[in-house]
Amino acid sequence: MQTPTEVADLPGGGNPQVTAWRQVRQGLKSWPVMLALVVLAAIVVIALFAPLLGTVDPTLINPGSRLKQPFTDYLLGTDAFGRDVWSRVAYGARVSLIAGLGAAVVSVAIGLVIGVIAGWFRSLDGLIMRTMDAIMAIPGILLAIALVSVTGASLMTVLVAITIPEIPRVVRLVRGQILTVRGEPYVEAALALGTPLPLLLWRHMVPSTIAPLTVQGTYVFASAMLTEAILSFLGAGIPPEIASWGNIMSEGRMYFRMLPGLILFPGLFLSLTVLSVNILGDALRDALDPKMVRRI
Amino acid sequence: MSTTYTPTPPAGDTSSAILAIRNLSVEVAGAGNRVVRNLSLDVHAGETVCVVGESGSGKSVTSLAVMGLLPPGVLSVNAGSIRVEGEDVVTATQRRLREMRATRMAMVFQEPMTALNPVHTVGKQVDEVLRLHRKKMSAAERRAKVLDMFRSVHLPDVERIFDSYPHQLSGGQRQRIVIAMALILEPKLLIADEPTTALDVTTQKQILALIKELQVKHQTAVLFITHDFGVVAEISDRIIVMNRGDLVESGTRDEILAQPKQSYTRRLVSSVPSLVPSRREAPSGMPVLHVKGLGRTYGGKHSVLSRKASHNIIAAADVNLTLRKGEILGIVGESGSGKSTVARCIVRLIEPTAGHMMMGGEDLSTLSGSALRPVRRRIQIVFQDPYRSLNPRRTVGESIIEGLLNFGVPREQALKRAGETLAVVGLSPDAMQRYPHQFSGGQRQRICIARALVMDPEILVADEAVSALDVSVQAQVLELLEQVRQRTGVGVLFITHDLRVAAQICDTIMVMQRGKVVETGSAETVLTEPRHEYTRALIDAAPGRDWDFRNFRPISAGLAPASAP
Repeated sequence: MQTPTEVADLPGGGNPQVTAWRQVRQGLKSWPVMLALVVLAAIVVIALFAPLLGTVDPTLINPGSRLKQPFTDYLLGTDAFGRDVWSRVAYGARVSLIAGLGAAVVSVAIGLVIGVIAGWFRSLDGLIMRTMDAIMAIPGILLAIALVSVTGASLMTVLVAITIPEIPRVVRLVRGQILTVRGEPYVEAALALGTPLPLLLWRHMVPSTIAPLTVQGTYVFASAMLTEAILSFLGAGIPPEIASWGNIMSEGRMYFRMLPGLILFPGLFLSLTVLSVNILGDALRDALDPKMVRRI
Repeated sequence: MSTTYTPTPPAGDTSSAILAIRNLSVEVAGAGNRVVRNLSLDVHAGETVCVVGESGSGKSVTSLAVMGLLPPGVLSVNAGSIRVEGEDVVTATQRRLREMRATRMAMVFQEPMTALNPVHTVGKQVDEVLRLHRKKMSAAERRAKVLDMFRSVHLPDVERIFDSYPHQLSGGQRQRIVIAMALILEPKLLIADEPTTALDVTTQKQILALIKELQVKHQTAVLFITHDFGVVAEISDRIIVMNRGDLVESGTRDEILAQPKQSYTRRLVSSVPSLVPSRREAPSGMPVLHVKGLGRTYGGKHSVLSRKASHNIIAAADVNLTLRKGEILGIVGESGSGKSTVARCIVRLIEPTAGHMMMGGEDLSTLSGSALRPVRRRIQIVFQDPYRSLNPRRTVGESIIEGLLNFGVPREQALKRAGETLAVVGLSPDAMQRYPHQFSGGQRQRICIARALVMDPEILVADEAVSALDVSVQAQVLELLEQVRQRTGVGVLFITHDLRVAAQICDTIMVMQRGKVVETGSAETVLTEPRHEYTRALIDAAPGRDWDFRNFRPISAGLAPASAP
């Protein structure tokens, strides 16, 4: 007597990941998140199409029109060298977004690899994690200043300096995920099925890190933009001839009483971008919360 | 025929009953589907009423409803009444409910570790009950009373236990604490929701005896929720059978177990394996696996960065066994006996620290890396938890063919084999496109078996493979394993803590205790003429051992395996 092949009457069909993302989209439908998305989209558009948005060369010095007030001939006024602030802010968005995105992508990628290794090979775990602890113990800004003073200021140096302190956080996250998943019977079953190690890691373990890494990525994005601005403001970041939000604020601080816009406008752009990214990250975290995903 | 039977509702008079449930319906808030429908039952003083049913039957929801503990906003009582000593729980205020809990009704949960707060001593936690409900008692009086209660639940060294944290106690001791906490105010009604499911059988026996003893002493009414018919046969006065929220049948113990009227009850009761081993021929196939002196010790390795020189823990030592083609060899033991360690060493999920495992001419224990991979194909494993054994992100088909692809079988061919294997385990091939969450536990376990079988292994290790399943599903999976054995001649290493399951399916039984094999022999010999005292203790503790569920009758004394001196 064979048992009947009953059809499961359980709800919800399809790929659980697809279902999870549907839920994420649902979770993102609230007005702060929508607003954050709109702001981010606007910043991205400004950065991408900076030359088309009524800007001039951001480095063009015009001694004839120094320190002009905003909302006159010049939308956001001009700085002490007569450079158009609107143009500088628009082109500065490029630097900020590159710094944020670059740091997020690179630190997540490197952290993922190191984290998987630390989580799987128990013998390497101690060594790797203590190294990460050591990196975390170095203040990020100090490390950046040291790096810049050794290798000279360039966008690349700043990127490296921002990325390194973020890596340990990603490694910890990934390692934790791997440690939880590696004990799951389905991983052991795959091992018993003779799945080669690289495939085993790629198929059965890495997918579980995607959701937390997405969230972590947004936080890295936001904090990297802030760090870049701080470094530039301190004069230890992007070379001063390149327009970046930090540089504009740095140069404008002498004229703050006369022209507060030199600090306010790039500051406003920076705060809005970071705030939007953080709101988005929080929303993603809530939407990807394991408790919600488990309900599918 | 299913719902033609209407259980005789308890008489309208509820005055004599401690707990009287009338026409209770519980529904999912908002969605409106009912998880308990029109349930009526009575529990009188000094009586044990067992509510049995499979997962999803609504038995636990019923117990929570009685305690007024339904998760707010998720489940709610939408009709009926629950009277405890005449007072309706459904309409009581939160404040009144708090007063009633502990003083009139108390609950014992399944998992004593999670029922206790890990950061307070157990003495303080029991004392809290008194502090909240007996405001006039002095601290010294309360302490004396708690210690008294600890003694009456037969805890040893009560002064020390009073100041212990939950993690310092054994599972059985923790459950005794929970029972002490529940009964310290002498409630008239005790609700026990699977209180022994997480415990070993020998501990379970003691806890059941304790509940019985306290019940007789205080004339407590006990509502006992369980899925285990062995326990039911042991302790119940009356039995309520539930299925998917409906009361299927109710009656005295003998009525339900010996003359069940409903087909559902009949099916459920007859699915329960009995301890009487089925007669089978001695396995005569060629040996496929020789294990000699297998051992696994934990600790010992000194890590550079860990300061403490850890002492060794022996998980298994000097295990010898021979598995023949077509044989089902059961490894039985309680938690910590090392049975799973042996299984995982044989599959090489963990490395043995001693001994040899000969398969053909090869010694598995010395292989590693690429030399090990071809051998992996020949030994497959099925795990306990069907919900975690399949990668939730991959389709069933992908999971099943993973092993074949690893060994170079072309995809087309692998898919074809997977389809055939699914048919063997009783699932249709269209299951391959679906994801694990679309299947029930039993179906998933079939998929796991298919994933193992598609590799055409010589040895199948089933590590508590049916322990997480409901009895009726369990019976089906056991039958499937038996069919597979006959069809493919695979040698099965069957790890279980449940002697009754082992009695049904195993040719040979090996009993382990604290990492050592204490007895090996044919299932019949081990179960009917156990030589080692531990085996005897295990058999003695198996609940419902003197009841032959399959044939709806008690086992006469002469046949009972445990009655042998």
